[in-house]
Amino acid sequence: MEILGLYNYVVFAVLLMVGLYCILARTNIVKSIIGLSIFQSAVFLLYISMDKVDGGTAPIIQPGAPADTIYANPLPQVLILTAIVVGISTTALALAVAVRIKEAYGTIEEDKIQEMDREL
Amino acid sequence: MTLYDQLPALVIAVLLFTAPITYMMRLHGFPWAVATLSVVTAFIISCSLAATVFNGETIIYEMGGWSAPYGIALHIDALSALMAMLITGASSAALIFGARSLADEVGEETAPAFFSAWQLCTAGLVGMVITGDAFNIFVFMEISSLSTYVLVSAGPDRRALIATYRYIVMGTIGATFYLIGVGFLYMVTGTLNTADLAARVGATENIRLVLVAAGFISVGLAVKAAVFPMHQWMPRAYTYAPNAVTVFIAAASTKVALYVLIRVDYAIFQNSIANHDIQLTLFLVPLGVLALFAGSLLAIYEKNLKTLLAYSSVSQIGYIALGIAMTSVAGLTGAIVHMFNHGLIKGGMFMAVACLAIRYRSVNIANLAGAGRAMPWTMAAFVIGGLGLIGVPLTPGFISKWYLVLAALEKGGAGAFLIAIILVSSLLAVIYVWKVIEVAYFKAPRANAVPVTQEAPLSMLIPTWIVVLLGIWFSIDTRMPVGMASRAAEILLGVK
Repeated sequence: MEILGLYNYVVFAVLLMVGLYCILARTNIVKSIIGLSIFQSAVFLLYISMDKVDGGTAPIIQPGAPADTIYANPLPQVLILTAIVVGISTTALALAVAVRIKEAYGTIEEDKIQEMDREL
Repeated sequence: MTLYDQLPALVIAVLLFTAPITYMMRLHGFPWAVATLSVVTAFIISCSLAATVFNGETIIYEMGGWSAPYGIALHIDALSALMAMLITGASSAALIFGARSLADEVGEETAPAFFSAWQLCTAGLVGMVITGDAFNIFVFMEISSLSTYVLVSAGPDRRALIATYRYIVMGTIGATFYLIGVGFLYMVTGTLNTADLAARVGATENIRLVLVAAGFISVGLAVKAAVFPMHQWMPRAYTYAPNAVTVFIAAASTKVALYVLIRVDYAIFQNSIANHDIQLTLFLVPLGVLALFAGSLLAIYEKNLKTLLAYSSVSQIGYIALGIAMTSVAGLTGAIVHMFNHGLIKGGMFMAVACLAIRYRSVNIANLAGAGRAMPWTMAAFVIGGLGLIGVPLTPGFISKWYLVLAALEKGGAGAFLIAIILVSSLLAVIYVWKVIEVAYFKAPRANAVPVTQEAPLSMLIPTWIVVLLGIWFSIDTRMPVGMASRAAEILLGVK
């Protein structure tokens, strides 16, 4: 039970590290951006996991629902909606920069770009 | 309810609501004019807020009338007001100064987007310092970061793009770490309001989770603040951004991350985690000391003037980190005053560099030979700024170092070691400042170079000198910065 209860958090930690490794280990800019996306998604999972209440239902009050209905915590959901929007904007901006890097350098490999800059 | 009561919300609202208007302006010069108007308005509002909280009061403004901890509250005390003034002041100064140099570097068709990003960036930075909600800080942090990326990428050199990309990666990792920390804090306390967090973190039994949260938040903010060795994104971003953008972000943006670090570590963790002051000291003192040396040494061997100043910022951030780490009123006062003073000094110096760049078309130190004679006013402003970095009396840098030394004296033996380090790193600053002075004043211009005979345009020279003279003014009449900083330090440490 203990381990099953922590399942989401284990996945969170694994995803976080996979994302971080992707960012650090790849010289291809688009692959690094994918890593960045995974890294941020891990945090979404963290927030979504903490709002779950045992036996809770969606936090929408409906007419006629019994008074003792248990609801999931709506606040982390709201927070993470904001964070998802932020994540999308960051990814979009990073990809836009990648497009411009490709236009300016003709490549999206960081090591090649570094070489080209050194020649200047 | 009068308009006066709404000022805390207006300072952000003015910037956020005029940003789309700026974007719609298509006529030449209009985007700049609208942006400047709104940023200057925000500056005036910040000054009036600062006047209200000058004597140590706190303004709490409930957004939409929802009371804290359920609604989002804006929380303005001496520290936030001082920072808001620095941000909006730096933003207006850089915009007014940059009218000419930005027209040079930013294309006509990108100008509306560029200036609206500038306003959003200012709004995000101000929002971070006046909000009283931990998650709200993250949202404003991302508003300011995303728009800073846009500003940096507008640089004329294609290397600006790579600098932006690195900045995006590091900035996002920093912000995400902060978000993870806030998530953990919410798990143990069920609240996001900073005042409420401070009370509830102390009552929790799950201290391990709080410690993990403190770790994530502190490291994330250290990345954002470019604390050594998490500074790699900064030198490139400063070097390849348009000159006026460098003036703005060098003066304001890393300081805001340090502000949040102070806020979170002192207001939330200091009173609730046992031995937090020792942990903070062990985290920040080594990094601060390393930053002082590494930053100065990298600056000494640097050939590009903007990169040199960026490395010097790394070492100056080391001073601020040391002040924060001392957990005493004098240390914190020194750190806060240095955030303000370093903003003035670096802002002024980057302005002088922009003046040089518009005439010499290069910021390589070797190409600036003879600048002392060709552009005497610009170089004089640069030298005064350099003296401030070193910490010569009658410059702003002296005041902040004075408080840091006072704080170190309170610490006894370890303090003497810190004073020695502060002195040595000031001497290293002499070397890298002298390196520029030597070339500019004592070397003959290169034979094959196009001779520069003109001083920078007055529209750039006058703002530069206003900032330089303000720096000198605040080092003689220290009532405003030091008064507000010491009041802020007393509030944070709960002395008062």
